[in-house]
Amino acid sequence: MSHNFVPLPDQPPPTASVGAIGWLRRNLFSSIGNTLLTLLSIYVLAVSLPPVINWAFIDADWVGVSRDACTSGGACWVFVSARFETFMYGFFPAEETWRINLIYGSLFLCMAPLFFDKFPYKVQLGAFVIFVFPIFGFILMFGGVFGLTPVETSQWGGMTLTLLLASVGCVAALPLGILLALGRQATNMPAVKSMCVLFIEFWRGVPLITVLFMSSVMLPLFLPEGVSFDKLLRALIGITLFQSAYMAEVVRGGLQAIPKGQYEAADALGLSYWKKMGLIVLPQAMKIVIPGIVNTFIALFKDTTLVIIVGLLEILGMVQNALNDPNWLGYSTEGYVFTAFMFWIFCFSMSRYSQALERKLHTGHKR
Amino acid sequence: MTAAVPNAAASSDVMIELRGVNKWYDKFHVLKDINLQVAKGERIVVCGPSGSGKSTMIRCINRLEEHQKGQIIVDGTELTSDLRQVETIRKEVGMVFQHFNLFPHLTVLENLALAPMWVRKTPRKEAEALGMQYLERVKIPDQAKKYPGQLSGGQQQRVAIARSLCMNPRIMLFDEPTSALDPEMIKEVLDVMIELAESGMTMMCVTHEMGFAKTVADKVIFMDRGQIVESNPPEEFFTNPQNERTKLFLSQILNH
Repeated sequence: MSHNFVPLPDQPPPTASVGAIGWLRRNLFSSIGNTLLTLLSIYVLAVSLPPVINWAFIDADWVGVSRDACTSGGACWVFVSARFETFMYGFFPAEETWRINLIYGSLFLCMAPLFFDKFPYKVQLGAFVIFVFPIFGFILMFGGVFGLTPVETSQWGGMTLTLLLASVGCVAALPLGILLALGRQATNMPAVKSMCVLFIEFWRGVPLITVLFMSSVMLPLFLPEGVSFDKLLRALIGITLFQSAYMAEVVRGGLQAIPKGQYEAADALGLSYWKKMGLIVLPQAMKIVIPGIVNTFIALFKDTTLVIIVGLLEILGMVQNALNDPNWLGYSTEGYVFTAFMFWIFCFSMSRYSQALERKLHTGHKR
Repeated sequence: MTAAVPNAAASSDVMIELRGVNKWYDKFHVLKDINLQVAKGERIVVCGPSGSGKSTMIRCINRLEEHQKGQIIVDGTELTSDLRQVETIRKEVGMVFQHFNLFPHLTVLENLALAPMWVRKTPRKEAEALGMQYLERVKIPDQAKKYPGQLSGGQQQRVAIARSLCMNPRIMLFDEPTSALDPEMIKEVLDVMIELAESGMTMMCVTHEMGFAKTVADKVIFMDRGQIVESNPPEEFFTNPQNERTKLFLSQILNH
């Protein structure tokens, strides 16, 4: 006697648990406490949101060239639009700002194909963006060759300087951080290991503002007379070394999450140390620590504002500088809101990009 | 009680030789004076209770573990702290782990082609063809484009065996290859291993699959507390165990 196993047919879920009503019930009114919290939140939003919207949009002044245009009592965005060029380009000569725009434009064109999965030359293009593009960008910014007017780094500023500090910091700190993390894991090389530990613990132990201040004020005292580094270069080196220490600890977290079996399988196949790390361990470890890396990048992006201490005026510096202009006294709220908005756009984009990257790299494995 | 070394192993065809091998974890003596010879084409099954040092011994052979005393000679090369020699030996010795240890971020085919490409410098096309050839041998060519996480345990272990074979090893080591598998999947892995044994591969296998030992092993080694207690051909090992410890072990695993 034999029976054939016939599975029961699938049935739809109960209607009260799906759709908009179901969502509201589950998320907003699932209990008395949650209902009270929902109502309280609605009340707080109703009280606080309209004045903000009124100030920022409805009562705001958008067009004009001077403070005389700001009469309606709301936000005076004229301040931002009138000073927009300096916020973006700093003291870069106005007739030369096309060079910065050219950098932005060409960078965008180079990066765009990287976001398409089907693009075949990703590695080559990525290498070009990281290794060749900076030279091109540096020539355009600095000038002095090919008939370009030289522009001193002291004239660089605004959003351009912010992006420069942040991107150089990220691109340089990540590989350095990876090397430091690998060094700290190298138990069979005690000298390398202790040097890495020393480096990481030193740079993590001091505040960035001290690093910048030291690089600007103390370093020249130790250098022989007549030898001087560019101030911007010193700040860049300081930021890179500082962030690489943080990056190293983030990457180390990822390395520790890789099971021993992965190392052993790579060893058993005869892979050398660098191939084992580069092909097996790091690709997996880096994927795990994407949130941590992006977190560090975002922190770095915002930390660039600290270079104001050594007299470099990135976007916040330029805004504060403009606020000292007697013509625009009293518009600090607008200035800071604008700055915050600019930072938010970039940080939020980074955050979204990292989430998309995590989803893309997820290969359906779990441990 | 160790049986006399068979003549075949004494010839020049010795693939693995362990001479007075000792190993300690801190003060814990895991391997005690291990002497062992494995001839070319010989199939050895190693069994014993957990903690008896059988995995440690097999892992010493491709230096995933370091021994502290004695000599291990694999295919004529002695294992020392010289990294180059270790890498040379690892190219010749395939290893299959209890937990498969496939690379989860690579597809099955990429897992297979990786070592030939990066260690043997085989061009990608050839390495992938080689990978497909071995996937067919373990009977899952249709899974080539999937990630390991999408495969069943038995399929993953077969991929792991194929991955080792892609390096064209002269010796294969198996460290409890079926212990992490559901009972339904043990057979498909054992079938692959039996086929491999029949092809003349030199194999050392730590396993509790006594059926496998009876079918393919030339010699069964029983270990306890870091020592080789008994080493005999399977007929003799199973029907006429010499040592009391072996008898107890066999009665426990055969009568459950």
